[in-house]
Amino acid sequence: MSAHVFSFADLHLHALPSGGLFIPDHKTLVVSDLHFGKSDRIARRSGTLIPPYENTETLQKLDNDIAAHMPTSVICLGDSFDDLAGADALDDTHRATLTRLQAGRQWIWIEGNHDPGPVDLGGTHMAEVTIGTVAFRHIASLDTPEVSGHYHPKLALAGAGRARACFIYDKTRLILPAYGTYTGGLSAHHPDLRSLFAPHAIAVMTGRKAIPVPLKR
Amino acid sequence: MTLPQTFTDWFAHRGWTIHPHQQEMLDRKDLPALLLIAPTGGGKTLAGFLPTLTELADGQHKGLHTLYVSPLKALAADIKRNLRTPVEDMDLPIRIEDRTGDTSATQKRRQRADPPHILLTTPESLALLTSYEDAPRMFKGLQRVIIDEIHALSESKRGDQLMLALSRLDALAPGLRRVGLSATVENPQAIAAELARHPDTCPILQADPGPDPDIQMLVTDEQPPWSGGGGKYAIPAVLEQVRQHKTTLIFHNTRAQAEIFFHNLWLANEDALPIGIHHGSLDRAQRLKVEAAMIAGSLKAIVCTGTLDLGIDWGDVDLIIQVGAPKNVKRLVQRIGRANHRYNAPSKALLVPANRFEVVECVAALEAVKDYDLDGDPKGPGPRDVLCQHILIRACAGPFHADDLYAEVTSAGAYMGLDRAEFDDCLDFCATGGYALKAYDKWKRLLQTADGKWQLRDPRTSRNIRMNIGTIQDTDTLKVRMKGNFKPLGEIEEAFAATLTPGDTFLIGGQIVRYDSMRELSVQVTRDAAKTPKIATFMGTKFATSTQLQHRILRMFQQDKWPELPVHTAEWLDLQREISKLPQGDRILAETFGFDQREYLCLYGFAGRNAQQTLGLLITKRMEDIGLDPLGFVATDYATLFWGLNPVTDPMPLLEPETIKDGFEHWLSGNAVMKKTFRASATIAGLIERNLPQARKSGRQATFSSDILYDTLSKYDPDHLILQITREEALRGLVDFGRITEMLDRTQGRIDHVKLTRISPLAAPMLLERGKVAVAGNARDRIMEETAALLMENAGLSQLPQ
Repeated sequence: MSAHVFSFADLHLHALPSGGLFIPDHKTLVVSDLHFGKSDRIARRSGTLIPPYENTETLQKLDNDIAAHMPTSVICLGDSFDDLAGADALDDTHRATLTRLQAGRQWIWIEGNHDPGPVDLGGTHMAEVTIGTVAFRHIASLDTPEVSGHYHPKLALAGAGRARACFIYDKTRLILPAYGTYTGGLSAHHPDLRSLFAPHAIAVMTGRKAIPVPLKR
Repeated sequence: MTLPQTFTDWFAHRGWTIHPHQQEMLDRKDLPALLLIAPTGGGKTLAGFLPTLTELADGQHKGLHTLYVSPLKALAADIKRNLRTPVEDMDLPIRIEDRTGDTSATQKRRQRADPPHILLTTPESLALLTSYEDAPRMFKGLQRVIIDEIHALSESKRGDQLMLALSRLDALAPGLRRVGLSATVENPQAIAAELARHPDTCPILQADPGPDPDIQMLVTDEQPPWSGGGGKYAIPAVLEQVRQHKTTLIFHNTRAQAEIFFHNLWLANEDALPIGIHHGSLDRAQRLKVEAAMIAGSLKAIVCTGTLDLGIDWGDVDLIIQVGAPKNVKRLVQRIGRANHRYNAPSKALLVPANRFEVVECVAALEAVKDYDLDGDPKGPGPRDVLCQHILIRACAGPFHADDLYAEVTSAGAYMGLDRAEFDDCLDFCATGGYALKAYDKWKRLLQTADGKWQLRDPRTSRNIRMNIGTIQDTDTLKVRMKGNFKPLGEIEEAFAATLTPGDTFLIGGQIVRYDSMRELSVQVTRDAAKTPKIATFMGTKFATSTQLQHRILRMFQQDKWPELPVHTAEWLDLQREISKLPQGDRILAETFGFDQREYLCLYGFAGRNAQQTLGLLITKRMEDIGLDPLGFVATDYATLFWGLNPVTDPMPLLEPETIKDGFEHWLSGNAVMKKTFRASATIAGLIERNLPQARKSGRQATFSSDILYDTLSKYDPDHLILQITREEALRGLVDFGRITEMLDRTQGRIDHVKLTRISPLAAPMLLERGKVAVAGNARDRIMEETAALLMENAGLSQLPQ
């Protein structure tokens, strides 16, 4: 298994190399910050026309994770769309893929700061959900234990090339990496992010294998 | 034409007579294009401006008359100062202003409303001016364009951008005359063809080049070391030269080498001679201070890099020292020209080879200078990423017809071969992104109006386009600040900063500093008392030795004896001939030998450092495939040395041209150089926006690496225009596959395999070279796992619940 397996509150979790989080006991897959429609929004706002392939690529990744783990529930942990018009940027092929992935399973869109309202793409729109004692919401709060996204944490290890997206967790809080293709990141050492965690926190690098590494204090 | 009386009087008053080439520039001032080749200090600038001054002397011309474009902001300011003298002396009714990135916004607005007679600017500022809707009014009466240091601009995309801007000016001001001012170059015809409006001709005027330079190799008591590039051994001799001369410029090939040399120079500088340092990574304020000190004549020497290559008058330089082989004869000649700015005095220069092989290279370069054999690689056609930017700039200025723009663009020499289909691809890229997936129907950047003209969909996007103007690729750099001190010391590349851990020491601005922390976008350091820095270098460009110089070295190897070489170097070559062979131009020498439980292969391709490096990557891949278990390689300008677990019994299959070419295609797509090149071209073409510091600071989560765009585009749209451009660029740039092809063509499969029982004299220094590349398919993942495991262990976390 190339995932990193760990206990968190009353849940057993698998941090997947893709950046998704799988909860086997609840057959639930959680992904955060998909940012569908990013290139569309940039084109609309600034005129710059970056390669419009991120929706295809992100859906492909999601398709692979769902095929591998066969979850009965999928939770998209907010900022699934780069803005509310981002859903319009999905073409017919994308919509068909999404419908296929949603078929036969519960699909929850948690609201994020980029996508505060519902979209017409099936699934349920919610502010947050709770599994066991753990809350799943977009932005970290004081109400723990919780799993959130929003910060797009990333980390570089000396000698190992460019920074990669990573999970960060301690005993009460877990922040997921951004799952979307066109997403940058905030260094795990940045005070805004680091201060959310206890001194003994662990980062899990994404890539070909999920690799845990202690975060410097 | 005869010089007006006022001017004759002025010349007489200064005690000058007009130089023949200045008179000739005046006589031929009405030609549509003219190129002047003159050495530094030959009154080149005045030659360029005399026709303008005489035409403006009667005060009849209204508005802009002459546009002066130079590669450096500082040069524009310098020229403004110098032009003021004749204008004030003769009381001419001429307004002269400069316009660069440093000019205030108020001043810039005023210049557009009421332009001066002479405007001094840079290619980027000019491109920006042509993007405004009022450009036609501003440039209407323009008579002349003077391009200074055109040889320097011509070497980069800045020259291509400038020539496209001129094609635009030509449409706005028909009959515009073009003048180019150039230092000595190997192929003036090529520059003339770029300068002239196609199909105009462009005569070339050669000013008297002055006496031959006095150039020699610096003789030192100590022998140069076997490897390395620092030239540290020569420091006592260099200090002695500095003592004996008024002002010495000490040139280095890289910033890192300049820093290390400067540091060591000061350690040995017992007389505390005033010596400064000047290079592109230093903070602007620091550089200005050194420049001012130099003009004031208060410095004995300056350790510098290419940033001092261009023609600003730095005062009384009487000696040039070049540390490290010059790699390129043309650059050497231009550098030597910096000494003795007085016309008709010979320039004096000394070459300091940094290691034993460079002794050979320096001698070859000296002979090339004597023979006046300058080198340079022919340029390819005008780059299309620059054209894309030009199309967007044109769109900012207002609606246009594609036919008109195509006619304008192909009037620029570099783009005269551009066919309509290529142009239309670039236009389509600007309008729709040019993707196979037509995703931007709603949000096209350019739309076609009912009358067939192209215009911006949203005029507000012109702001973004303007902010993106330019072709200079700024690497992401971070300012280095002394703790508790606001003033930055200089800049280092972000990639270098990422490798630092607190406590590491490195050199910047000649001092050793200790890395403490990263704050915002600056690197916090404290002074460190150490004698040698822990990390010796930060990244710098490594120049490859030119093809012409390599051929000269190969010819030299065929001599029976080498009276022109120092004894130690001649003996070294003799020994190589005795034990193995000396490499020949039309064959590849392959040596194999065992040493210290490793099997070595040394391939002498003489293709230049970048190409030898590429060759190293390609051949180790091939060695892996056929089970030779390579462990690593190292490349220099003349050879690549491989080591592994198994001996290479037959090097032939490794050097099959077909295998190398196939391997190259495959390897190239995943290479980091490609990503770097992609980023540069994509930024120029407007596919991505320049990474502005404010965007980096505020939108940390919003900005993402261009590598992601490269990977995605390669996967879903491999034939996209920008990927085509990236491939073309990579072949010419750091990957330098062109030189590998040159090597294969010249050797035609003739390989001499010499099996040795010991290391050959030529290969030995390579074992000491820095920059060894380890071969490991999954090295990165492995390093990461090992590092992570160690960290977990140290943190007592290795027994996590699984």
